[in-house]
Amino acid sequence: MVPISYYLILSAVLFTIGVIGVLVRRNAIIIFMCIELMLNAVNLSFVAISKHLDSLDGQIFVIFVMTVAAAEVAVGLAIIINLFRNKETINIDEVNIMKW
Amino acid sequence: MTAFFFFPIAIVVLISASLVIFFRNPVHSALSLLLTFFSLAGLYILLNAQFVAAIQVIVYAGAIMVLFLFVIMLLNLDKVKKERERHPLQKAFGILIASLLLVVLGSVIASGILYGTKGIYTVEKVAAIGNTKAIAGLLFTDWILPFEITSILLLAAIVGAIVLSKKEL
Repeated sequence: MVPISYYLILSAVLFTIGVIGVLVRRNAIIIFMCIELMLNAVNLSFVAISKHLDSLDGQIFVIFVMTVAAAEVAVGLAIIINLFRNKETINIDEVNIMKW
Repeated sequence: MTAFFFFPIAIVVLISASLVIFFRNPVHSALSLLLTFFSLAGLYILLNAQFVAAIQVIVYAGAIMVLFLFVIMLLNLDKVKKERERHPLQKAFGILIASLLLVVLGSVIASGILYGTKGIYTVEKVAAIGNTKAIAGLLFTDWILPFEITSILLLAAIVGAIVLSKKEL
């Protein structure tokens, strides 16, 4: 029997890997993948705590998180395609027109 | 038994997640992310969440990853210049801030704060009625309003994606 804290620690490390990716990488698609990693880390802790508390609400929340992730990816990748069409780049350092 | 499977899967999750941010080529990152999704599905099965494991494979590994790979191939990134560093300290600061976050999260977990009232869905009870049936029973009764709002969200996402990716309307 694995203690719940192991799952939570794994989830925290996975979330941190996602944060490092968002902060370090400059490729917009990879930043999107790292956001997916963070969402998955949160899903893992939802499911782990759902089992810990003998409740299914966490698993239902995971379904909603996945729906939001799918919607976010659809819109975000459309934005990236538009960006590439207009600027021929997906490096976010070169997309700084709205940066003060 | 669970511990026997937990540690190998956890190691695969961590390694493949790290490879997502280490690979230079976005296609390699996407395939590594696919491995992360599959091994997370394995962890969900260890946690007795079979339905979540199934939709993890179908929605994430199926739909979302196909979308990613499709966009990567559509963009033809060979023409794009390599990532170059604008700020030399960016990587160091990024890793520093993320490790601070890990310290915060770790200290919360180490403090052992896990409040919450116990629910009625014990492992045996869920096994008796079936995981999918139990989730469906809750989703279509207590959670029906969020479920319906989700459909509006998906509709908005569909319209948004079409509006954004059309050249001219």
